[in-house]
Amino acid sequence: MDSQMMTGNLAAAWGARLADVDYIPAFPITPQTEIVEALAKWCERGDLAARFVSMDSEHSMMTAAGAAEVAGARVFTATSSQGLLHAFEVLYSISGWRAPLVLVNVSRALAAPITLESDHNDVLAARDAGFLQIHAETCQEVLDSILMAYRIAEDERVMLPVIVNLDGFTLSFTREPVSLPDPDMVRRFLPPFRPSHLGFTASSPQALGVAVIGGTSYAYFRHQVHLAARNALEVHREAAESFHALFGRRYDLVEGYRLEDADDVLVMTNAGASKGKAAVDAARAQGQRVGLLRLRVVRPWPAEAIRQALRGRRGVAVLDQNLAPGQGGILYQEVAACLYHEVLRPQALCSFIGGLGGQNISAGEFQAIFEQTAEAGVAGTGLGPVLLYSAEEHREMTQLQMLAGGNA
Amino acid sequence: MWQRETFKKIKQIPREEHVLPGTALCAGCGGLEALRLAAKVLGDHVVYVNAAGCFTMLAAYPYTSFKGSWLYTTMGSAPAGAQGVRDALDVLIAKGRLPKSEDVKVVVLGGDGSTYDMALSSTSGALHRKLDFYYICYDNEAYGNTGMQLSPATPYAARTATSPCSVQHPAATTQEKKDIFEIWRAHRPPYIATVAPRYPLDLEEKFVRAAAFTGPKMFLALSACPTGWVYDPGETPEVAKLAVETGLWPLKEAINGVVTHTYIPKRKPVEAYLKLQGRFRHLFEPTVQTDAIRHIQERVDAYWQPVTKEQA
Repeated sequence: MDSQMMTGNLAAAWGARLADVDYIPAFPITPQTEIVEALAKWCERGDLAARFVSMDSEHSMMTAAGAAEVAGARVFTATSSQGLLHAFEVLYSISGWRAPLVLVNVSRALAAPITLESDHNDVLAARDAGFLQIHAETCQEVLDSILMAYRIAEDERVMLPVIVNLDGFTLSFTREPVSLPDPDMVRRFLPPFRPSHLGFTASSPQALGVAVIGGTSYAYFRHQVHLAARNALEVHREAAESFHALFGRRYDLVEGYRLEDADDVLVMTNAGASKGKAAVDAARAQGQRVGLLRLRVVRPWPAEAIRQALRGRRGVAVLDQNLAPGQGGILYQEVAACLYHEVLRPQALCSFIGGLGGQNISAGEFQAIFEQTAEAGVAGTGLGPVLLYSAEEHREMTQLQMLAGGNA
Repeated sequence: MWQRETFKKIKQIPREEHVLPGTALCAGCGGLEALRLAAKVLGDHVVYVNAAGCFTMLAAYPYTSFKGSWLYTTMGSAPAGAQGVRDALDVLIAKGRLPKSEDVKVVVLGGDGSTYDMALSSTSGALHRKLDFYYICYDNEAYGNTGMQLSPATPYAARTATSPCSVQHPAATTQEKKDIFEIWRAHRPPYIATVAPRYPLDLEEKFVRAAAFTGPKMFLALSACPTGWVYDPGETPEVAKLAVETGLWPLKEAINGVVTHTYIPKRKPVEAYLKLQGRFRHLFEPTVQTDAIRHIQERVDAYWQPVTKEQA
């Protein structure tokens, strides 16, 4: 198959197009906008037999998306950052409605201060919303993950919405070679959406999203969401095998990079993991036995896959591109929790916070992370959360403060 | 002169009920009465898209009051939910996945809190996109389901839990009721009407007239509220009637923006309406607040002056 150079955003739009979606409610927000622009054009030209509707906010957009999905249409939509948070209450409704739509989030840090560049506080804020989450590293993976997302979401054992996440700027606006799957083969992988139990029709009415009185029924329905999300671990495995057989590309819950004999392991997500892999290569060239574990599926939480990958390591560093103020790194907490009962758990678990709002993580910082993690592993004592902030960044900030009129 | 064509006599109103009895709503709910009458024209092939409010309790697991469908959305986005459902039905019909005979009407049900406040952006969007749907606002002039707090639909001088009467504000609510009819009308939807359940022929006729239009069909229903307005539930018909007869609740419609009053009341003094309700009792006890009552009367008179001039 031929590859084309395309941005992560265009790859996301191609994912929706190849999934043959029926409905796209949209609202612009940087850095996602290119996705809905491409889809609007394709719908207008008839390249995609979907209805495209410009909505009045992300809150309305997500409501329309969920409502159309439970009415029986295959729905795609996309947002970023403030848009995701503006729609936040609707996310919980959509999972409660068991509406298996796919939402692409192009990660962008949250205000204040307002910025356009990436980190993961937006998408991870939605970690408890009942959406499954797939975090992509490359443009190809963005496209492929959207196809997998529909297959997993629409599986009757799951019936939950999925967020496919890509990093703003670093992936959304970066061109990479992307192989476009053959539409006929996509149809073999992803059958048409013909839900037997969704829809508002004259002959088979249904009441959805109704009130419950008391905790018994509330707990029952939210437990169902949790159990369905856990089912997605197995459904993902089946989808990954089928995808691999048809298209030759393999995506697991987590991806190990040079883990075989690694003493110390760096844990990352999304496009930043590409930098982490380069840092692993550089450290390996100097004789350090390090590797990287990329968390690809974040919901459901792939606890067993993480335990297998980290069992018996000396030091493990979780590099969070997010910050829970007063706590630390969000993924660090989750990794730590799933290692607690592991007998051969790593000697030390270290937490680093970096890459906030598009902040650079330099080669030197990666080297420092590896060194400090190795030392922590030897000492058997964890570290952090360490807020990455280089001397050079500090000098730059001091200059900005002087310009702003402060007494730096 | 506006004339009813379909509903001339009360016996013409269908006896069949589409909102089933035994709901969790308050006894004497004027909004429920408006919905019951509306449903006699809308029928069962309907999906109600609901915003948070009193009517959310109409579908409480495992029961629903409707033979048709129901989707509870959020307080601020029921019209967007209607957009999604309508669009999905259209797409599925166009693609041959749903027979046209399976189509349903999409009807938003929202209270005044949702309609006048939080869902205004979402409503404006649906109006702007010319969405083919019905919107029924049951207006009881306060945030009712949370216990009667001030909403932008609360009229001047009504006492609510968050606009009490005090030494500083003896008349309680100081703001005037937001004119949602005119806000809707600025969008030029094909059909807008105000209705009151005590005028069932007027109400039924308007739902029949609305059905002829494709696009937004907007209804503002007076929802006399014994719980919040503080009167005996048995008096709902009288309160709803006086709201219209004093001229405080004009019955009208707007077709493509052109307004017609469908009933011209002789206009009793507003005191007749105010005196019935506990939310206005402070205007009469311990002393009569003449200025506040006169202010209300003057507002009503000012509203009707051009209308009656036009009629003459």
